Amino acid sequence: MKEALLDLLHNEILVYVLMAIVPLLWIIPFALFAVWWERKISAHMQDRLGPMRVGGWHGWAQTIADILKLIQKEDIIPTAADKRLFILSPFVVFIGSYAAFAAIPFSAAYVGSEINIGLFYVISISSLVVIGLLMAGWSSNNKWSLFGAMRSAAQIVSYEIPVALSLLAVIMIVGSFDLQEINRAQSGPIWHWFVFQKFPFLFIAAIIYFVASLAEVNRTPFDIPEAESELVAGYHTEYSGMKFALFFLAEYANMFAVSAIASTVFLGGWNSPFSDFMSGPLWGAFWFIAKGMGFVFLQMWLRWTLPRLRVDQLMYVGWKVLIPFSFVIVIGVGFWVMLTR
Amino acid sequence: MIPQEISNAIKAKFPDALLEAKVDGVFDPYAKIAPDKIKDVSLFLRDNEETLFDSLMCLSGVDYTGGKLGVVYHLHSMKWNHKFTLKVDVTVENPHCQSVESVWKTANWHEREAFDMYGIVFDGHPDLRRILMPYDWEGYPLRKDYKVPEYYQGMKVPY
Amino acid sequence: MEATLTYTDEKNRGAVTIPGFGRPLRSEEMVLNMGPQHPSTHGVLRLELVVDGEVVVDVIPHIGYLHRCFEKHAEAMINYQQIIPYADRMDYIAAMNNELGYAIACEKLLKIKVPERVEYIRVIMAELQRIGSHLIAIGTYGMDIGAFTPFLYCFRDRERILDIFEQTCGARLLYNYIWIGGLSHDVPASFVEKVKDFCKYYRPNIKELNDLLSYNKIFIERTANVGVLPAEVAINYGVSGPVLRGSGVKWDLRKNDPYSIYDRFDFEIPVGKGLVGTLGDCWDRYMVRVHEMEQSLNIIEQAVDKIPAGDVQSAVPKRIRPDAAELYIRTETPKGELGYYIVADGTTSPARVKVRPPCFVNLSALPAMCRGAMISDVIAILGSIDIVLGEVDR
Repeated sequence: MKEALLDLLHNEILVYVLMAIVPLLWIIPFALFAVWWERKISAHMQDRLGPMRVGGWHGWAQTIADILKLIQKEDIIPTAADKRLFILSPFVVFIGSYAAFAAIPFSAAYVGSEINIGLFYVISISSLVVIGLLMAGWSSNNKWSLFGAMRSAAQIVSYEIPVALSLLAVIMIVGSFDLQEINRAQSGPIWHWFVFQKFPFLFIAAIIYFVASLAEVNRTPFDIPEAESELVAGYHTEYSGMKFALFFLAEYANMFAVSAIASTVFLGGWNSPFSDFMSGPLWGAFWFIAKGMGFVFLQMWLRWTLPRLRVDQLMYVGWKVLIPFSFVIVIGVGFWVMLTR
Repeated sequence: MIPQEISNAIKAKFPDALLEAKVDGVFDPYAKIAPDKIKDVSLFLRDNEETLFDSLMCLSGVDYTGGKLGVVYHLHSMKWNHKFTLKVDVTVENPHCQSVESVWKTANWHEREAFDMYGIVFDGHPDLRRILMPYDWEGYPLRKDYKVPEYYQGMKVPY
Repeated sequence: MEATLTYTDEKNRGAVTIPGFGRPLRSEEMVLNMGPQHPSTHGVLRLELVVDGEVVVDVIPHIGYLHRCFEKHAEAMINYQQIIPYADRMDYIAAMNNELGYAIACEKLLKIKVPERVEYIRVIMAELQRIGSHLIAIGTYGMDIGAFTPFLYCFRDRERILDIFEQTCGARLLYNYIWIGGLSHDVPASFVEKVKDFCKYYRPNIKELNDLLSYNKIFIERTANVGVLPAEVAINYGVSGPVLRGSGVKWDLRKNDPYSIYDRFDFEIPVGKGLVGTLGDCWDRYMVRVHEMEQSLNIIEQAVDKIPAGDVQSAVPKRIRPDAAELYIRTETPKGELGYYIVADGTTSPARVKVRPPCFVNLSALPAMCRGAMISDVIAILGSIDIVLGEVDR
């Protein structure tokens, strides 16, 4: 895509700007859709209809109306807040999740930046979110916010370890951090997808990744940083209007980001499940997004089914269950790769 | 035990604490106890194997008008399934009464409520604060001679 | 400087002495105000939490934000009948049970015998209301723990109960239905059929609820072994209802001190058994409510076939003026033992109406259950007590 654009525009900077905007063009419609979708999913799981009025068909314009409302809202900054950090933190959070999209391969033809440390970059840049959340919690000068921030920092940092370890298993097989390379390594029939390979190691790795990524993006049953029944709203208690919307946008962008990594690393990314049938750059984008949305749906499904864990139980799951298992997987896959080389 | 036996037991143990007992012609048979003896009597009734009043159902403050206040204790025994009522009379000038909080924890909040509403002071209560009214409220609202204040903290109380 | 400091001061809990450093490393306690505006205090309760990190050192409840002077109003009323709408507003999600207790107390004062038909309808209404109240307790408890969906399932079922009430007396929440000596309206013709339909419809849903919430692994993790209330402590605090039964005490006023016509029905008293954790933990209290709903269905099914014919207002007195007397009447509401202490002075209005609200007493045991728990546990414990602030504050 980059080469094609270069041929067309003959201006490198313009091309880079365009390339950078593409994920944004995806994130915003996705967030608008996902919020509406989540409302609909939760409603149908709970024997109700959800939004039905705005826009006509099944309330499709509900989130657009909500965004318009949020934009118009008064921007309240508590007097006791640390103003600079308070204003900055939603942007830091959003940048953290947006920047992760740079290395995510939407299709064989499009990836924001095809770097050879892609996966490494995604893991590290999405850690920026923690700093933003801590800033938000601290600067709000609210005890509930602070609690939420401390919890989320502890949670995200802890769960990054199983995430990284479970991805490491795949990296050992491919021998590269490059996400396009990982995609290409899974081309061919459906059993070439990593989730079905080195059975059962990578299958378990996929489950570990999915569970840990739920904690990474603060979704139920690991939504304790913003547990609305305990911490009011956690780190974004004091936020309103557009700043709150940015947090919200970042949350949904993050949901898709972790789902995208899961589908790329374990489910073949843009590869068609039917080998060469229905494959190609556009079909690739379709498959990639479909798989990502599948994971997003799974996250929503869990959210509206499960209760929430307690802080210590969350840490227990992270440190005493997921991390030991992911070490076993890393060692197991390592031996397997070494012996079958 | 029937109420008469309970009141006899109190009389035998605390002859000077029992001021009056009425077991017939009322819905709930009761014994009137001196305000400075109520804790001992309660402890006796709770721990005595034959009465075993292990739960305090209700503790109510009452204003009998004419400067007389009262506290009514409704006791119940889970084991024997019998009930008895104790009453304590105090005056508006000297509204002091022993606390039974150490006997039944139930009394903790109920005594605070009686203090809040009637101004009955329970000696020995660990935390005698207002409970339903604001902490800086003046007066005791359930007394019959209570007048609703016109202002609270400079704000007009709408009526 | 070789100095060792050992703090025995009660304020410095968790003090660690570092030899040679001279200064103890200790964490500071923080006071956290939970409420009066907080999503999980079920109203306007304020809990002053003294926390050490996530661990709760002490809980101090502050109540009274919803104080509406029920007892003062009761004394100021022109007659006894006018108090019933106020009684409705105490435990506003179990208004029928509040009315029932008050009506029974007044009837005893006046020495009225109410017709059989009235008694049966009252029992059915009270038990339907008990299911409705428990549905809210269970649904909101799930929401406190983080599960949103059971809440709406519960509300869906409660809606059916409210429909029955609406058909009967026109109101869905505050009924003023049970009058002294009778009822405000007779039941509609389709009442028996509707109630039977509800029983048939609702029984399978309890299983659905159990599958979704009660035996959910995470739910059990969150509630088992949390907020344990031993039986002796429970009795000493005077707690009642599902909280007391959750601690394993088989005590239900409908059986142990029967009022109305409860002695005619065959039903069990569910008690906590400590199936998944310690006896008297949050899960036991929760599960007692679930089982109680089944028992209420049993009572309703027995009662609904036997409603005799008759007039529901034949015993309603024209003028209520009891002789000077006083009595204490207690009934089993969904929350526990609701007591009315009424002092009549021979006039048309009572000299004193003291309410012994079950939630008020149950809530007073909260600090005893919460010490040493975590902040999330406080929510779980508070939810398992099932308070209604309207009743705590009156």
